[in-house]
Amino acid sequence: MNSSISFFYFLSFLTVLSALMVILSRNPIHSVLYLILTFFTLSGHYILLNAQFLAAVNIIVYAGAIMVLFLFVIMFLNMKQDHEEAKTNLTKIAATIVGGTVFVILFGAYRKSVIPTYNPEQFDSQIGMIENLGALLFRDYLLPFELVSILLLVAMVGAVMLGKREIGERHF
Amino acid sequence: MDLTEFLIKTATIFVVFVLTLVIAMYSTWAERKVAGFIQDRMGPNRAGWGGLLQPLADAGKMFFKEDFIPALANKWLFIAGPSLAMLTALLASAVIPFGSTFRFDGHEVVLQGVESNIGILYVFGVVALGVYGIMVGGWASNNKFSLLGAIRAASQNISYEVAMGLSLIAILMMSSSLSLGEIVAQQHGGNWNIFYQPLGFIIFITCSFAECNRVPFDLPECETELVGGYHTEYGSMKLGFYLFAEYINMFVSSAIISVLYFGGYNYPGMDWVYTQLTGSFGPELGHNIATLIGTAVFFGKALFFIFFYMWVRWTIPRFRYDQLMNLGWKKLIPLAIFNIIITGAAVLFLKPVITAWLN
Repeated sequence: MNSSISFFYFLSFLTVLSALMVILSRNPIHSVLYLILTFFTLSGHYILLNAQFLAAVNIIVYAGAIMVLFLFVIMFLNMKQDHEEAKTNLTKIAATIVGGTVFVILFGAYRKSVIPTYNPEQFDSQIGMIENLGALLFRDYLLPFELVSILLLVAMVGAVMLGKREIGERHF
Repeated sequence: MDLTEFLIKTATIFVVFVLTLVIAMYSTWAERKVAGFIQDRMGPNRAGWGGLLQPLADAGKMFFKEDFIPALANKWLFIAGPSLAMLTALLASAVIPFGSTFRFDGHEVVLQGVESNIGILYVFGVVALGVYGIMVGGWASNNKFSLLGAIRAASQNISYEVAMGLSLIAILMMSSSLSLGEIVAQQHGGNWNIFYQPLGFIIFITCSFAECNRVPFDLPECETELVGGYHTEYGSMKLGFYLFAEYINMFVSSAIISVLYFGGYNYPGMDWVYTQLTGSFGPELGHNIATLIGTAVFFGKALFFIFFYMWVRWTIPRFRYDQLMNLGWKKLIPLAIFNIIITGAAVLFLKPVITAWLN
Protein backbone atom coordinates (compact mmCIF):
# COMPACT_ATOMS: atom_id res chain seq x y z
CA MET A 1 0.00 0.00 0.00
CA ASN A 2 1.52 3.32 -0.95
CA SER A 3 1.66 6.24 1.43
CA SER A 4 -1.10 8.38 -0.05
CA ILE A 5 -3.58 5.48 0.18
CA SER A 6 -2.69 4.89 3.83
CA PHE A 7 -3.05 8.63 4.44
CA PHE A 8 -6.44 8.46 2.76
CA TYR A 9 -7.64 5.63 5.00
CA PHE A 10 -6.34 7.33 8.13
CA LEU A 11 -7.99 10.65 7.21
CA SER A 12 -11.25 8.95 6.28
CA PHE A 13 -11.29 7.12 9.59
CA LEU A 14 -10.73 10.41 11.44
CA THR A 15 -13.39 12.18 9.35
CA VAL A 16 -16.06 9.56 9.99
CA LEU A 17 -15.14 9.31 13.66
CA SER A 18 -15.27 13.07 14.29
CA ALA A 19 -18.47 13.43 12.24
CA LEU A 20 -20.06 10.72 14.39
CA MET A 21 -18.85 12.42 17.55
CA VAL A 22 -20.58 15.64 16.41
CA ILE A 23 -23.97 13.98 16.75
CA LEU A 24 -23.12 11.61 19.61
CA SER A 25 -21.55 13.99 22.15
CA ARG A 26 -24.02 15.45 24.66
CA ASN A 27 -22.24 18.75 25.23
CA PRO A 28 -22.97 21.19 22.36
CA ILE A 29 -19.54 22.85 22.74
CA HIS A 30 -17.91 19.45 22.21
CA SER A 31 -20.09 18.95 19.14
CA VAL A 32 -18.88 22.23 17.66
CA LEU A 33 -15.24 21.38 18.37
CA TYR A 34 -15.67 17.96 16.71
CA LEU A 35 -17.26 19.70 13.72
CA ILE A 36 -14.15 21.91 13.45
CA LEU A 37 -12.02 18.75 13.53
CA THR A 38 -14.20 17.36 10.72
CA PHE A 39 -13.49 20.44 8.60
CA PHE A 40 -9.78 19.97 9.20
CA THR A 41 -9.85 16.37 8.07
CA LEU A 42 -11.85 17.41 4.98
CA SER A 43 -9.12 19.94 4.22
CA GLY A 44 -6.65 17.08 4.52
CA HIS A 45 -8.64 15.23 1.84
CA TYR A 46 -8.48 18.30 -0.39
CA ILE A 47 -4.70 18.43 0.00
CA LEU A 48 -4.51 14.73 -0.92
CA LEU A 49 -6.43 15.64 -4.09
CA ASN A 50 -3.85 18.41 -4.77
CA ALA A 51 -6.47 21.13 -4.32
CA GLN A 52 -4.55 23.34 -1.91
CA PHE A 53 -6.55 26.49 -2.54
CA LEU A 54 -9.78 24.71 -1.67
CA ALA A 55 -8.17 23.33 1.50
CA ALA A 56 -7.02 26.76 2.68
CA VAL A 57 -10.34 28.42 1.86
CA ASN A 58 -12.22 25.64 3.64
CA ILE A 59 -10.18 26.34 6.78
CA ILE A 60 -10.52 30.14 6.52
CA VAL A 61 -14.24 30.25 5.80
CA TYR A 62 -15.63 27.31 7.77
CA ALA A 63 -13.21 26.71 10.63
CA GLY A 64 -12.07 30.31 10.91
CA ALA A 65 -15.27 32.29 10.56
CA ILE A 66 -18.49 30.27 10.57
CA MET A 67 -17.59 27.90 13.39
CA VAL A 68 -16.38 30.81 15.53
CA LEU A 69 -19.87 32.29 15.20
CA PHE A 70 -21.44 28.90 16.07
CA LEU A 71 -19.27 28.67 19.16
CA PHE A 72 -20.07 32.28 19.96
CA VAL A 73 -23.83 31.67 19.97
CA ILE A 74 -23.66 28.38 21.86
CA MET A 75 -21.49 29.92 24.59
CA PHE A 76 -24.17 32.56 25.17
CA LEU A 77 -26.95 29.97 25.50
CA ASN A 78 -25.81 28.67 28.91
CA MET A 79 -26.86 25.06 28.35
CA LYS A 80 -26.76 22.66 31.24
CA GLN A 81 -26.24 19.00 30.47
CA ASP A 82 -28.80 17.70 33.00
CA HIS A 83 -31.54 20.10 31.92
CA GLU A 84 -32.10 18.47 28.57
CA GLU A 85 -35.87 18.35 28.01
CA ALA A 86 -37.36 14.92 27.41
CA LYS A 87 -38.52 14.34 23.85
CA THR A 88 -42.08 13.05 23.39
CA ASN A 89 -42.72 9.79 21.55
CA LEU A 90 -44.30 11.67 18.64
CA THR A 91 -41.09 13.66 18.01
CA LYS A 92 -39.03 10.50 18.22
CA ILE A 93 -41.23 8.69 15.67
CA ALA A 94 -41.24 11.70 13.33
CA ALA A 95 -37.47 12.05 13.60
CA THR A 96 -37.01 8.35 12.82
CA ILE A 97 -39.25 8.58 9.74
CA VAL A 98 -37.50 11.70 8.41
CA GLY A 99 -34.03 10.31 9.07
CA GLY A 100 -34.92 6.94 7.48
CA THR A 101 -36.33 8.65 4.39
CA VAL A 102 -33.21 10.74 3.95
CA PHE A 103 -31.09 7.60 4.31
CA VAL A 104 -33.15 5.74 1.69
CA ILE A 105 -32.90 8.70 -0.72
CA LEU A 106 -29.13 8.97 -0.24
CA PHE A 107 -28.68 5.24 -0.68
CA GLY A 108 -30.80 5.25 -3.84
CA ALA A 109 -28.84 8.18 -5.24
CA TYR A 110 -25.59 6.38 -4.42
CA ARG A 111 -26.73 3.24 -6.24
CA LYS A 112 -27.94 5.18 -9.28
CA SER A 113 -24.90 7.43 -9.57
CA VAL A 114 -22.28 6.70 -12.20
CA ILE A 115 -18.75 7.60 -11.14
CA PRO A 116 -16.96 9.14 -14.13
CA THR A 117 -13.75 7.42 -15.08
CA TYR A 118 -10.56 9.27 -15.86
CA ASN A 119 -7.49 8.47 -17.84
CA PRO A 120 -4.43 8.44 -15.54
CA GLU A 121 -2.13 9.06 -18.51
CA GLN A 122 -3.77 12.33 -19.49
CA PHE A 123 -4.95 13.52 -16.07
CA ASP A 124 -3.67 17.00 -15.25
CA SER A 125 -2.55 16.87 -11.61
CA GLN A 126 -2.23 20.67 -11.52
CA ILE A 127 -5.97 21.22 -12.13
CA GLY A 128 -6.66 22.16 -8.49
CA MET A 129 -3.87 24.75 -8.25
CA ILE A 130 -4.98 28.32 -7.73
CA GLU A 131 -3.72 29.61 -11.10
CA ASN A 132 -5.75 27.04 -13.06
CA LEU A 133 -8.76 27.49 -10.82
CA GLY A 134 -8.65 31.27 -11.31
CA ALA A 135 -8.33 30.99 -15.06
CA LEU A 136 -11.29 28.59 -15.15
CA LEU A 137 -13.48 30.77 -12.91
CA PHE A 138 -12.79 34.05 -14.68
CA ARG A 139 -12.84 32.68 -18.22
CA ASP A 140 -15.24 29.76 -18.62
CA TYR A 141 -17.52 30.33 -15.65
CA LEU A 142 -17.52 34.14 -15.45
CA LEU A 143 -21.29 34.62 -15.55
CA PRO A 144 -22.15 32.10 -12.77
CA PHE A 145 -19.31 33.56 -10.70
CA GLU A 146 -20.66 37.11 -11.01
CA LEU A 147 -24.21 35.93 -10.31
CA VAL A 148 -23.07 34.22 -7.13
CA SER A 149 -21.33 37.40 -6.02
CA ILE A 150 -24.55 39.37 -6.58
CA LEU A 151 -26.42 36.76 -4.51
CA LEU A 152 -23.89 37.19 -1.69
CA LEU A 153 -24.24 40.98 -1.90
CA VAL A 154 -28.02 40.67 -1.63
CA ALA A 155 -27.64 38.40 1.40
CA MET A 156 -25.31 40.92 3.02
CA VAL A 157 -27.70 43.81 2.41
CA GLY A 158 -30.51 41.70 3.87
CA ALA A 159 -28.47 40.93 6.98
CA VAL A 160 -27.71 44.62 7.48
CA MET A 161 -31.39 45.47 7.07
CA LEU A 162 -32.40 42.85 9.66
CA GLY A 163 -29.78 44.01 12.12
CA LYS A 164 -30.53 47.70 11.70
CA ARG A 165 -31.97 49.55 14.65
CA GLU A 166 -35.55 50.76 14.11
CA ILE A 167 -36.33 54.42 14.75
CA GLY A 168 -37.11 54.95 18.42
CA GLU A 169 -35.95 51.44 19.42
CA ARG A 170 -33.32 51.14 22.13
CA HIS A 171 -31.16 48.08 22.65
CA PHE A 172 -29.42 49.16 25.84
CA MET B 1 14.11 14.79 -2.44
CA ASP B 2 17.35 13.09 -1.47
CA LEU B 3 18.84 12.75 1.99
CA THR B 4 21.06 15.87 2.08
CA GLU B 5 18.22 18.10 0.99
CA PHE B 6 15.92 16.45 3.51
CA LEU B 7 18.45 16.99 6.32
CA ILE B 8 18.93 20.66 5.38
CA LYS B 9 15.16 21.13 5.26
CA THR B 10 14.77 19.51 8.68
CA ALA B 11 17.53 21.71 10.07
CA THR B 12 15.86 24.80 8.58
CA ILE B 13 12.51 23.97 10.14
CA PHE B 14 14.16 23.26 13.49
CA VAL B 15 16.12 26.54 13.38
CA VAL B 16 12.97 28.49 12.47
CA PHE B 17 11.11 26.87 15.37
CA VAL B 18 13.88 27.56 17.91
CA LEU B 19 14.39 31.11 16.66
CA THR B 20 10.68 31.86 16.98
CA LEU B 21 10.67 30.62 20.56
CA VAL B 22 13.87 32.45 21.54
CA ILE B 23 12.73 35.72 19.99
CA ALA B 24 9.35 35.43 21.72
CA MET B 25 11.14 34.70 25.02
CA TYR B 26 13.41 37.71 24.74
CA SER B 27 10.48 39.88 23.61
CA THR B 28 9.17 39.59 27.18
CA TRP B 29 12.49 40.97 28.42
CA ALA B 30 12.54 43.66 25.73
CA GLU B 31 8.97 44.64 26.56
CA ARG B 32 9.92 45.39 30.16
CA LYS B 33 13.08 47.20 29.14
CA VAL B 34 11.17 49.34 26.64
CA ALA B 35 8.46 50.00 29.23
CA GLY B 36 11.16 50.99 31.71
CA PHE B 37 12.81 53.31 29.19
CA ILE B 38 9.53 55.00 28.25
CA GLN B 39 8.45 55.40 31.88
CA ASP B 40 11.93 56.64 32.91
CA ARG B 41 12.94 53.71 35.13
CA MET B 42 15.43 50.86 34.88
CA GLY B 43 13.39 47.80 34.00
CA PRO B 44 14.63 44.33 35.05
CA ASN B 45 18.33 44.42 35.93
CA ARG B 46 18.91 41.81 38.66
CA ALA B 47 19.06 38.41 36.90
CA GLY B 48 22.14 38.35 34.71
CA TRP B 49 23.76 41.27 32.89
CA GLY B 50 21.11 43.91 32.22
CA GLY B 51 18.42 41.45 33.33
CA LEU B 52 19.15 39.11 30.41
CA LEU B 53 18.35 35.99 32.44
CA GLN B 54 14.96 37.39 33.49
CA PRO B 55 12.95 35.29 30.95
CA LEU B 56 14.53 32.10 32.35
CA ALA B 57 13.72 33.20 35.90
CA ASP B 58 10.12 33.91 34.88
CA ALA B 59 9.80 30.54 33.18
CA GLY B 60 11.18 28.79 36.26
CA LYS B 61 8.71 30.60 38.49
CA MET B 62 5.81 29.75 36.17
CA PHE B 63 6.73 26.06 36.11
CA PHE B 64 6.96 25.73 39.89
CA LYS B 65 3.64 27.40 40.67
CA GLU B 66 0.68 25.25 41.61
CA ASP B 67 -1.11 23.98 38.52
CA PHE B 68 -4.68 24.79 39.50
CA ILE B 69 -7.92 23.83 37.76
CA PRO B 70 -11.16 25.34 39.12
CA ALA B 71 -13.66 22.80 40.48
CA LEU B 72 -16.53 23.66 38.12
CA ALA B 73 -14.36 24.15 35.03
CA ASN B 74 -14.53 21.83 32.05
CA LYS B 75 -11.25 20.08 32.72
CA TRP B 76 -10.20 18.95 29.23
CA LEU B 77 -11.16 22.15 27.48
CA PHE B 78 -9.49 24.14 30.26
CA ILE B 79 -6.22 22.39 29.37
CA ALA B 80 -6.93 22.53 25.62
CA GLY B 81 -7.27 26.33 25.64
CA PRO B 82 -3.61 27.32 26.20
CA SER B 83 -2.42 24.37 24.10
CA LEU B 84 -4.50 25.56 21.14
CA ALA B 85 -3.22 29.10 21.62
CA MET B 86 0.41 27.91 21.47
CA LEU B 87 -0.26 25.54 18.54
CA THR B 88 -1.88 28.12 16.31
CA ALA B 89 0.75 30.73 17.20
CA LEU B 90 3.62 28.42 16.23
CA LEU B 91 2.01 27.08 13.03
CA ALA B 92 2.18 30.37 11.13
CA SER B 93 5.98 30.69 10.99
CA ALA B 94 6.23 27.64 8.68
CA VAL B 95 5.74 29.56 5.43
CA ILE B 96 7.70 32.75 6.18
CA PRO B 97 10.70 33.17 3.83
CA PHE B 98 13.61 34.08 6.12
CA GLY B 99 16.17 34.44 3.34
CA SER B 100 16.85 33.54 -0.26
CA THR B 101 18.69 30.25 -0.89
CA PHE B 102 21.59 28.25 0.50
CA ARG B 103 23.93 26.57 -1.97
CA PHE B 104 25.37 23.32 -0.74
CA ASP B 105 27.13 20.73 -2.91
CA GLY B 106 25.16 21.81 -5.94
CA HIS B 107 21.87 21.79 -4.02
CA GLU B 108 19.85 24.95 -3.77
CA VAL B 109 17.79 25.01 -0.56
CA VAL B 110 15.24 27.75 0.15
CA LEU B 111 15.48 29.27 3.61
CA GLN B 112 11.80 28.71 4.32
CA GLY B 113 9.96 25.96 6.19
CA VAL B 114 7.50 25.12 3.41
CA GLU B 115 7.44 26.80 0.00
CA SER B 116 3.75 26.78 -0.81
CA ASN B 117 1.87 28.48 -3.63
CA ILE B 118 -0.86 29.51 -1.19
CA GLY B 119 1.47 30.82 1.53
CA ILE B 120 -0.44 33.96 2.41
CA LEU B 121 -3.75 32.09 2.53
CA TYR B 122 -2.17 29.59 4.92
CA VAL B 123 -1.06 32.42 7.22
CA PHE B 124 -4.52 33.94 7.02
CA GLY B 125 -6.14 30.60 7.89
CA VAL B 126 -3.87 30.03 10.87
CA VAL B 127 -4.52 33.57 12.12
CA ALA B 128 -8.25 32.91 11.82
CA LEU B 129 -7.82 29.85 14.05
CA GLY B 130 -5.94 31.80 16.71
CA VAL B 131 -9.14 32.84 18.41
CA TYR B 132 -10.09 29.25 19.36
CA GLY B 133 -7.49 29.03 22.11
CA ILE B 134 -8.92 32.12 23.79
CA MET B 135 -12.57 31.15 23.26
CA VAL B 136 -12.21 27.57 24.44
CA GLY B 137 -10.15 28.58 27.47
CA GLY B 138 -12.44 31.45 28.39
CA TRP B 139 -15.56 29.32 28.18
CA ALA B 140 -14.07 26.32 29.99
CA SER B 141 -13.10 28.48 32.99
CA ASN B 142 -16.81 28.68 33.96
CA ASN B 143 -16.42 32.31 34.99
CA LYS B 144 -18.53 35.17 33.66
CA PHE B 145 -15.58 37.54 33.29
CA SER B 146 -13.59 34.92 31.38
CA LEU B 147 -16.56 34.26 29.12
CA LEU B 148 -16.99 37.98 28.43
CA GLY B 149 -13.29 38.28 27.62
CA ALA B 150 -13.50 35.30 25.26
CA ILE B 151 -16.58 36.72 23.52
CA ARG B 152 -14.86 40.06 23.11
CA ALA B 153 -11.77 38.38 21.67
CA ALA B 154 -13.87 36.42 19.20
CA SER B 155 -15.91 39.34 17.94
CA GLN B 156 -12.84 41.56 17.73
CA ASN B 157 -10.84 39.01 15.76
CA ILE B 158 -13.68 38.29 13.31
CA SER B 159 -14.29 42.01 12.74
CA TYR B 160 -10.68 42.88 12.07
CA GLU B 161 -10.03 39.79 9.94
CA VAL B 162 -12.36 41.24 7.30
CA ALA B 163 -10.43 44.48 6.96
CA MET B 164 -7.12 42.57 7.08
CA GLY B 165 -8.18 40.27 4.25
CA LEU B 166 -9.35 43.21 2.16
CA SER B 167 -6.05 45.07 2.65
CA LEU B 168 -4.19 41.89 1.60
CA ILE B 169 -6.20 41.71 -1.63
CA ALA B 170 -4.60 44.96 -2.85
CA ILE B 171 -1.15 43.39 -2.38
CA LEU B 172 -2.25 40.24 -4.21
CA MET B 173 -3.59 42.29 -7.11
CA MET B 174 -0.15 43.87 -7.51
CA SER B 175 1.94 40.71 -7.10
CA SER B 176 -0.55 38.32 -8.80
CA SER B 177 0.80 35.54 -6.63
CA LEU B 178 -0.17 34.04 -3.27
CA SER B 179 3.27 32.64 -2.52
CA LEU B 180 5.19 34.59 0.10
CA GLY B 181 8.54 33.71 -1.49
CA GLU B 182 7.32 35.09 -4.82
CA ILE B 183 5.98 38.29 -3.19
CA VAL B 184 9.38 38.90 -1.56
CA ALA B 185 11.29 38.15 -4.76
CA GLN B 186 9.17 40.70 -6.64
CA GLN B 187 10.18 43.44 -4.19
CA HIS B 188 13.84 43.10 -5.19
CA GLY B 189 15.63 46.33 -6.11
CA GLY B 190 13.84 48.83 -3.89
CA ASN B 191 10.36 47.96 -5.20
CA TRP B 192 9.03 47.64 -1.67
CA ASN B 193 5.27 47.41 -1.46
CA ILE B 194 5.11 50.13 1.20
CA PHE B 195 5.78 52.72 -1.52
CA TYR B 196 2.81 51.48 -3.54
CA GLN B 197 0.48 50.56 -0.68
CA PRO B 198 0.84 53.08 2.17
CA LEU B 199 -2.89 53.00 2.98
CA GLY B 200 -2.99 49.21 2.82
CA PHE B 201 -0.02 49.06 5.18
CA ILE B 202 -1.73 51.28 7.76
CA ILE B 203 -4.89 49.15 7.62
CA PHE B 204 -2.86 45.94 7.83
CA ILE B 205 -0.79 47.01 10.83
CA THR B 206 -3.89 48.27 12.69
CA CYS B 207 -5.60 44.95 12.09
CA SER B 208 -2.56 42.99 13.23
CA PHE B 209 -2.56 44.94 16.48
CA ALA B 210 -6.18 43.88 16.93
CA GLU B 211 -5.49 40.26 15.96
CA CYS B 212 -2.65 40.00 18.49
CA ASN B 213 -4.88 41.53 21.21
CA ARG B 214 -2.26 44.18 21.89
CA VAL B 215 -2.82 47.67 23.29
CA PRO B 216 -4.73 49.74 22.12
CA PHE B 217 -6.97 46.77 21.27
CA ASP B 218 -6.45 44.56 24.34
CA LEU B 219 -10.12 44.61 25.31
CA PRO B 220 -10.24 40.80 25.89
CA GLU B 221 -8.03 41.18 28.97
CA CYS B 222 -9.16 44.64 29.99
CA GLU B 223 -8.47 44.57 33.73
CA THR B 224 -10.53 47.64 34.66
CA GLU B 225 -13.70 46.02 33.31
CA LEU B 226 -13.12 42.27 33.25
CA VAL B 227 -10.71 41.47 36.16
CA GLY B 228 -8.26 39.60 33.91
CA GLY B 229 -10.36 38.77 30.89
CA TYR B 230 -10.17 35.30 29.36
CA HIS B 231 -7.27 34.16 31.53
CA THR B 232 -8.73 35.19 34.90
CA GLU B 233 -8.86 31.59 36.16
CA TYR B 234 -5.51 30.56 34.75
CA GLY B 235 -2.29 30.28 36.69
CA SER B 236 1.09 28.59 36.44
CA MET B 237 2.44 27.57 33.03
CA LYS B 238 -1.05 27.58 31.47
CA LEU B 239 -1.17 31.34 31.96
CA GLY B 240 2.44 31.42 30.77
CA PHE B 241 1.43 29.72 27.52
CA TYR B 242 -1.29 32.31 26.88
CA LEU B 243 1.11 35.20 27.44
CA PHE B 244 3.83 33.47 25.44
CA ALA B 245 1.49 32.82 22.52
CA GLU B 246 0.84 36.56 22.38
CA TYR B 247 4.55 37.25 21.97
CA ILE B 248 4.91 34.55 19.30
CA ASN B 249 1.97 36.12 17.46
CA MET B 250 3.72 39.46 17.68
CA PHE B 251 6.89 38.07 16.13
CA VAL B 252 5.00 36.25 13.38
CA SER B 253 2.95 39.30 12.46
CA SER B 254 6.07 41.50 12.48
CA ALA B 255 7.73 39.03 10.13
CA ILE B 256 4.66 38.98 7.87
CA ILE B 257 4.57 42.79 7.80
CA SER B 258 8.22 42.98 6.78
CA VAL B 259 7.68 40.27 4.14
CA LEU B 260 4.59 41.86 2.63
CA TYR B 261 5.45 45.55 2.79
CA PHE B 262 9.15 46.00 3.51
CA GLY B 263 10.80 43.63 1.07
CA GLY B 264 11.66 40.80 3.48
CA TYR B 265 15.34 39.97 3.02
CA ASN B 266 15.89 42.63 0.32
CA TYR B 267 17.93 45.69 1.21
CA PRO B 268 19.27 48.63 -0.80
CA GLY B 269 22.52 47.83 -2.60
CA MET B 270 22.21 44.07 -2.20
CA ASP B 271 23.22 43.37 -5.80
CA TRP B 272 26.52 45.22 -5.27
CA VAL B 273 27.17 43.30 -2.03
CA TYR B 274 26.32 40.04 -3.82
CA THR B 275 28.81 40.63 -6.67
CA GLN B 276 31.51 41.67 -4.21
CA LEU B 277 30.98 38.59 -2.04
CA THR B 278 30.77 36.08 -4.89
CA GLY B 279 33.80 37.78 -6.46
CA SER B 280 35.98 37.35 -3.38
CA PHE B 281 34.63 34.09 -1.84
CA GLY B 282 33.50 32.14 -4.91
CA PRO B 283 29.94 31.43 -6.09
CA GLU B 284 29.06 29.01 -3.28
CA LEU B 285 30.40 30.55 -0.07
CA GLY B 286 29.80 34.11 -1.28
CA HIS B 287 26.18 33.28 -2.10
CA ASN B 288 25.69 31.76 1.34
CA ILE B 289 27.21 34.79 3.10
CA ALA B 290 24.99 37.13 1.04
CA THR B 291 21.97 35.03 2.06
CA LEU B 292 22.99 35.27 5.71
CA ILE B 293 23.27 39.07 5.44
CA GLY B 294 19.80 39.16 3.88
CA THR B 295 18.43 37.02 6.73
CA ALA B 296 20.01 39.36 9.28
CA VAL B 297 18.36 42.33 7.52
CA PHE B 298 15.04 40.47 7.61
CA PHE B 299 15.33 39.87 11.35
CA GLY B 300 16.31 43.51 11.85
CA LYS B 301 13.08 44.59 10.15
CA ALA B 302 10.98 42.10 12.12
CA LEU B 303 12.59 43.17 15.42
CA PHE B 304 11.90 46.81 14.57
CA PHE B 305 8.21 46.01 14.24
CA ILE B 306 8.25 44.13 17.56
CA PHE B 307 9.72 47.30 19.05
CA PHE B 308 6.96 49.27 17.35
CA TYR B 309 4.35 47.06 19.04
CA MET B 310 5.91 47.82 22.41
CA TRP B 311 6.32 51.50 21.68
CA VAL B 312 2.59 51.76 20.90
CA ARG B 313 1.68 49.70 23.95
CA TRP B 314 3.38 52.06 26.37
CA THR B 315 2.21 55.23 24.60
CA ILE B 316 -1.44 54.90 23.63
CA PRO B 317 -4.36 54.24 26.02
CA ARG B 318 -6.95 51.55 25.40
CA PHE B 319 -10.00 52.05 23.16
CA ARG B 320 -13.54 51.74 24.43
CA TYR B 321 -15.33 48.71 23.01
CA ASP B 322 -17.82 50.62 20.82
CA GLN B 323 -14.94 52.75 19.50
CA LEU B 324 -13.12 49.54 18.57
CA MET B 325 -16.12 48.17 16.68
CA ASN B 326 -16.78 51.50 14.94
CA LEU B 327 -13.16 51.73 13.84
CA GLY B 328 -13.19 48.19 12.47
CA TRP B 329 -16.49 48.16 10.62
CA LYS B 330 -17.19 51.78 9.71
CA LYS B 331 -13.70 53.11 8.99
CA LEU B 332 -11.22 50.34 8.15
CA ILE B 333 -13.44 48.21 5.91
CA PRO B 334 -14.60 51.12 3.65
CA LEU B 335 -11.00 52.37 3.54
CA ALA B 336 -9.76 48.91 2.53
CA ILE B 337 -12.39 48.65 -0.23
CA PHE B 338 -11.40 52.14 -1.45
CA ASN B 339 -7.77 50.98 -1.46
CA ILE B 340 -8.69 47.96 -3.60
CA ILE B 341 -10.48 50.16 -6.14
CA ILE B 342 -7.56 52.62 -6.30
CA THR B 343 -5.07 49.77 -6.70
CA GLY B 344 -7.15 48.14 -9.42
CA ALA B 345 -7.42 51.42 -11.33
CA ALA B 346 -3.69 52.07 -10.95
CA VAL B 347 -2.74 48.58 -12.14
CA LEU B 348 -5.07 48.87 -15.13
CA PHE B 349 -4.51 52.47 -16.27
CA LEU B 350 -1.55 54.09 -14.52
CA LYS B 351 0.97 51.24 -14.78
CA PRO B 352 1.00 50.99 -18.64
CA VAL B 353 1.37 54.78 -18.91
CA ILE B 354 4.29 54.92 -16.46
CA THR B 355 6.09 51.93 -17.95
CA ALA B 356 5.66 53.42 -21.46
CA TRP B 357 7.00 56.75 -20.20
CA LEU B 358 10.01 55.17 -18.48
CA ASN B 359 10.98 53.18 -21.56
